Amino acid sequence: MYAYDELDRTIINERVEEFRDQVKRRLSGELTEDEFKMLRLQNGVYLQLHAYMFRVAIPYGTLSSKQLRALAHVARRYDRGYGHFTTRQNIQFNWIKLAELPDALADLAEVGIHAMQTSGNNTRNVTSDQWAGVAPGEIEDPRIWSELIRQYTTLHPEFSFLPRKFKFAITASEHDRAAIKVHDIGLRLHKNEANETGFEVLVGGGLGRTPFIGKTIKPFVHGHDLLSYVEAILRVYNQYGRRDNIYKARMKILVHELGIEKFAKEVEDEWLQMSDSALTIDDQVIEDIRSRFSYPAYEKLPQMPDELKKAAHDPQFEAWRRNSVAPHKVPGYAIVTLSLKPVGGPPGDATAEQMDAIADLADKYSFGEIRVGHEQNLALPHVARRDLPVLWKALDKIGVATPNVNLVSDIIACPGLDYCSLANARSIPIAQELTRRFANHETASMIGRLHINISGCINACGHHHVGHIGILGVEKNGEEFYQITIGGRADENAEVGTLIGPAVPYGDVADVVEDIVEAYLALRARPDEIFIDTVKRLGVEPFRERVYATR
Amino acid sequence: MPLVRGGKIVTDPLIHVADDAELPGEGSILVSAAQFLENPEAVASRAGKTGVSWPNNRDIDDLVPWLGRLASVALVFPTFRDGRAYSQARLLRERHGYKGELRATGQVLRDQFVFMLRAGFDAFEVRKETDAEAFAATVKRYSVFYQPTGDGRLTALHRRMQLRHSESAGQ
Amino acid sequence: MTSPLEQKKIRITGPSMVTANRTWDGAVIYRTAGQGWSADLAEAAIVRSSDEARTLLAESVADDVGAVGAYIAPVEIKNTGAIKPGNLREHIRFRGVTIDLPVPA
Repeated sequence: MYAYDELDRTIINERVEEFRDQVKRRLSGELTEDEFKMLRLQNGVYLQLHAYMFRVAIPYGTLSSKQLRALAHVARRYDRGYGHFTTRQNIQFNWIKLAELPDALADLAEVGIHAMQTSGNNTRNVTSDQWAGVAPGEIEDPRIWSELIRQYTTLHPEFSFLPRKFKFAITASEHDRAAIKVHDIGLRLHKNEANETGFEVLVGGGLGRTPFIGKTIKPFVHGHDLLSYVEAILRVYNQYGRRDNIYKARMKILVHELGIEKFAKEVEDEWLQMSDSALTIDDQVIEDIRSRFSYPAYEKLPQMPDELKKAAHDPQFEAWRRNSVAPHKVPGYAIVTLSLKPVGGPPGDATAEQMDAIADLADKYSFGEIRVGHEQNLALPHVARRDLPVLWKALDKIGVATPNVNLVSDIIACPGLDYCSLANARSIPIAQELTRRFANHETASMIGRLHINISGCINACGHHHVGHIGILGVEKNGEEFYQITIGGRADENAEVGTLIGPAVPYGDVADVVEDIVEAYLALRARPDEIFIDTVKRLGVEPFRERVYATR
Repeated sequence: MPLVRGGKIVTDPLIHVADDAELPGEGSILVSAAQFLENPEAVASRAGKTGVSWPNNRDIDDLVPWLGRLASVALVFPTFRDGRAYSQARLLRERHGYKGELRATGQVLRDQFVFMLRAGFDAFEVRKETDAEAFAATVKRYSVFYQPTGDGRLTALHRRMQLRHSESAGQ
Repeated sequence: MTSPLEQKKIRITGPSMVTANRTWDGAVIYRTAGQGWSADLAEAAIVRSSDEARTLLAESVADDVGAVGAYIAPVEIKNTGAIKPGNLREHIRFRGVTIDLPVPA
């Protein structure tokens, strides 16, 4: 966990005061909406269907219990008692009043939470693996580097008015839980032969209207050069990204139009001209950031404590443990995922009461730390295995122990037309119905790992392109229709899904998904061949036949 | 449109010369890049101060050879949301060592003053009178800066290092 | 449901109104005939030609302090004269989300 020092806090506070002044000038008319809009976006404030929406940053998905309680407070005091965790490890509040925003921001600033650059044409939250720092086999904690980049990109005078938004993601594990291949800059931390830390740099990934998988621009950038290299990329993008058409302004379009070799050369040319660099990261710099990261004082604990042995006879506990508990790099500990996908519930939402309860449980069982994943679930990253049975009971009581993590009912969905002014169709009710159709835990387990992603429009905030099953809401003659894709994935083998046929109406979507699942069950080579592998083996055709036979 | 320099509203010492007008032999002027490039040697050699306004969608490379002879370079923000001039400014100051006046023009609004100063601008053709009047107060908004630019302000990192050294020195 | 904020050419195909969000709190509002705004759809000014729509929109957009993001939206006029939202998006703005809120209002 990173602890903000005086300087970090000062920046946040100064930003709050600036925004307070900007809101005042907006409400008095001194600033027009045209002048104000980009300023409010730079503080995470959108205008949506019913109200403003407020997006708060959770840097690399790490929260302290104190911070989670502050989010609960904002939900209660300034909103309607709940918040929504997003696919970029942020949290959104849907009913916020512009006039009260400076106060909400001031309350959050007290615990080191901000909303800087969570929207706007600037550099957004640097996301990472929600298991960073605790995953077995991780090379080193990527969050140190995430924090370095966060500071470097915050209120950067040269890059605050880019052609379009810019997103970073970092992974330090072989299995990429941060989806780096669909980010503007994706960083894969690894070591060279001299055992020095560096990054494979990928550029030009992104979803939205025109999805692209990122391409490697440099296989190894030494850690010392990370910031100067990133500056070179941002400078090339700032100068040459398109400004005439917002649908062609992302860096993925520039990379695509120039080609990766030419783009790499532009960056290299720029980088080589950056002599010395005040941006060189030496060991002192890394130590400085690392010194403000704290790690738990783990105890020496048994991997198979008595409490766990005793609880094994409880089939419900076992079902949850097998589904939601993952191995930890420290023996005797575990990573616990808290499902925010209850049957019939809107995916990724948590009430203020739940947030407070989770904060208390984090204090008791996870050294006061919580994580937010881009799958819109939470995690407690430092749980002693002996505490699993008692923790489970407590989680179950507050409704965050549905044993469906990574299963068919663990759906990722954007807010959709119920909330969002960009949407063509609703996504939440589709997700809710699907959780009802697949509510039976045995069935869901038997189906196995299956990621469904739902987006209410082509902006793809639900990441439908990289869903094993992707669902995209479109509009046809004033009615809601949905295009279905299969075969997408977001990890180190990232690829975009394939359309299986013409869009289907709202009422048919759940039936279609059931048909796809049935086809999979009939076609899979073995029970442990997961859905995405069956699609890879057989292609889309057998699924298309099944779904459209009677449609 | 008020010109702000040194934190105050001042009279513009440069006369903006239209493209189709004759260049005065003496006096301080600001000309467009197009006019300048027609005969840069002649323009740069004239008596009196010369400034050039450079568009934000053109590389500064063609301007660089003349920097030492220019009194002012004006860069453009067609809308405040178009941030290309920030890169141009930093390159002029930090890579090419430009020491003359660097002027922000276009839609120059209060809430970008700090960014502009940090990027190397030291003169501002401010769109609104009220913003120009608020300049001095606005630039005090921030006292901590994370990243280095050529503006000489200590970054947070440096301040932390200094603190560390003084702490360990004091032990 | 394709974002009407992307409307470029103004042409209406039936009775319409102008709607926006109130600047200070984001609440849904409708342009009235009295050059004001109301949160009550019943008080919305109805336009029936593209010219009228354009005029109403221009006047609404000019109220930059009071309202944000004004646009033209269809309505349905019942036989009783009651004004109803004219498409799904406006239904949702009028009535609220179509799902149960995690915390009952």
